[in-house]
Amino acid sequence: MDCNQVLVSKVKKVIVVFTLLIAFLSIKIDTFAQVDSAVIPVDSVVAESAEAVSGQHGAVEHGKEKFEPTKVIMEHIADSHMWHLWGHTSLPLPVILYTNGGLEVFSSGNFHHGEHDYVGKYNTYRLEEDHIKVVGADGKIDEEASVLDFSITKNVAAMFVAILVILIVFISVAGAYKKRVGKSPKGLQSFIEPIIIFVRDDIAKPNIGHKYAKFMPYLLTTFFFILFNNIFGLIPIFPGGANVTGNIALTFVMALGTMIIVNINGNKYYWKHIFKPDVPFWLYPIMIPVELIGIISKPFALMIRLFANITAGHIIVLSLISLIFIFETLAIAPVSVAFVLFMDVLELLVAFLQAFIFTLLTALFIGMAVEEHH
Amino acid sequence: MDLVTPSIGLVFWTSLAFICLLILLRKFAWKPILGAIHEREQSIDEALNKAELAKQEMARLTAQNQDLMQQARAERDEILKEAKTLKDGILNEAKKQAQVEGSKLIEKAKIEIENQKKAALAEVKDQVSTLSLEIAERVLRTQLDDKSKQEALVANLLKDVELN
Repeated sequence: MDCNQVLVSKVKKVIVVFTLLIAFLSIKIDTFAQVDSAVIPVDSVVAESAEAVSGQHGAVEHGKEKFEPTKVIMEHIADSHMWHLWGHTSLPLPVILYTNGGLEVFSSGNFHHGEHDYVGKYNTYRLEEDHIKVVGADGKIDEEASVLDFSITKNVAAMFVAILVILIVFISVAGAYKKRVGKSPKGLQSFIEPIIIFVRDDIAKPNIGHKYAKFMPYLLTTFFFILFNNIFGLIPIFPGGANVTGNIALTFVMALGTMIIVNINGNKYYWKHIFKPDVPFWLYPIMIPVELIGIISKPFALMIRLFANITAGHIIVLSLISLIFIFETLAIAPVSVAFVLFMDVLELLVAFLQAFIFTLLTALFIGMAVEEHH
Repeated sequence: MDLVTPSIGLVFWTSLAFICLLILLRKFAWKPILGAIHEREQSIDEALNKAELAKQEMARLTAQNQDLMQQARAERDEILKEAKTLKDGILNEAKKQAQVEGSKLIEKAKIEIENQKKAALAEVKDQVSTLSLEIAERVLRTQLDDKSKQEALVANLLKDVELN
């Protein structure tokens, strides 16, 4: 359990660092906000007067977009039908829609960044704030029309890339084990093996007990899936940069997987603990609902934890980068870059930590479900 | 709110992809990797156990050797001691025997001497008797020229014989 102590101290350190950073940011943004609010009226006044003087000049002034950090950050955090590469270049991704009429597949390039509508087989579609909406006959968005979006979005594509890398890495490592039977690990194998052994000896064995072997594939897959997606999320350029593990849908699926595994493998003691707990019978009306909520709340906490940690990390990094554009000066860049570097290193730790915590808690819940009471 | 609303598409693709990944990795990665690690750990454990056993065997053998050496040394000492006592015994015996033999020889020599002495004495006696007989003869020859004297002598001799 010394591992847990280390973890606790690490978590404390992370909390301290986070607090300091947020304090720093709040001061910075606060001062900036004041400056901003002071600037905007002047700006708009200038613009208006300029417009009054000359229409053309005014148009130019309007062409210079105002930088909105919240919008930019949210765009980066959220999912998208395009994979932005650089400048104005984006990779169009396939759109797959399940509509009333049937399945519809086309390229998201047809939307031209939301500037054009696309006329499909069954409906006309419009991309609005990266959501695909059906356009009615009157040229307005038809909110009533139900359309299920199964598109290969940026997150899905990034996840596929991560999965491909995982498969390549682990199948090649497995090959190395077949080739070098009984010999010491070498190369990638020697980098991966300690992690696998860590998952086995420090996560699975102490929490699940002697039945651990059955759950090893799930625990290892969960660990490496989260870890690889976390790390890919930290890479700012293609094929990284997507906020895959910071998306609630992905963490929802992962947590759902844990919930299903735990409840399928729950033995009679587990269910007895829920429906016939060791309390006086008149407490049952309270205890049974509490235990039933517990079934949901445990994976729910898993879902929120992973989502919040990764999203928060992305938001902080993007906020720091945004400082450069908010201040509109290059002088702030070294500060920003230094902080971003620091945050990236921290996020690397968090990437491992969150994969570890998710797997550890999954193992813990499984352990509670399969534990034998004597 | 958009941020915390799971989209159906991503849920679907994540489920599908994760299940595929789980199945693929389970078959092609985890099974061989975990199997190989387990096997290697077992072989390492076995090797360590064997080494431990060998060490114990070695220690046992060394102890045995030590024991044997000790025994051999003790035996040698015993043998030496025995040999010494034996030697001492033999020497003593020999001395005693020599003494006995010597005394026997001396005894024998004494007896011999005694015998020789006796024999010599007997011879001397014999010679003395012969000599005395000769002397007596000569004396008698000279004296027995007359008859009376002869008779007196015989009578005298007879007397002597009777005395003897």
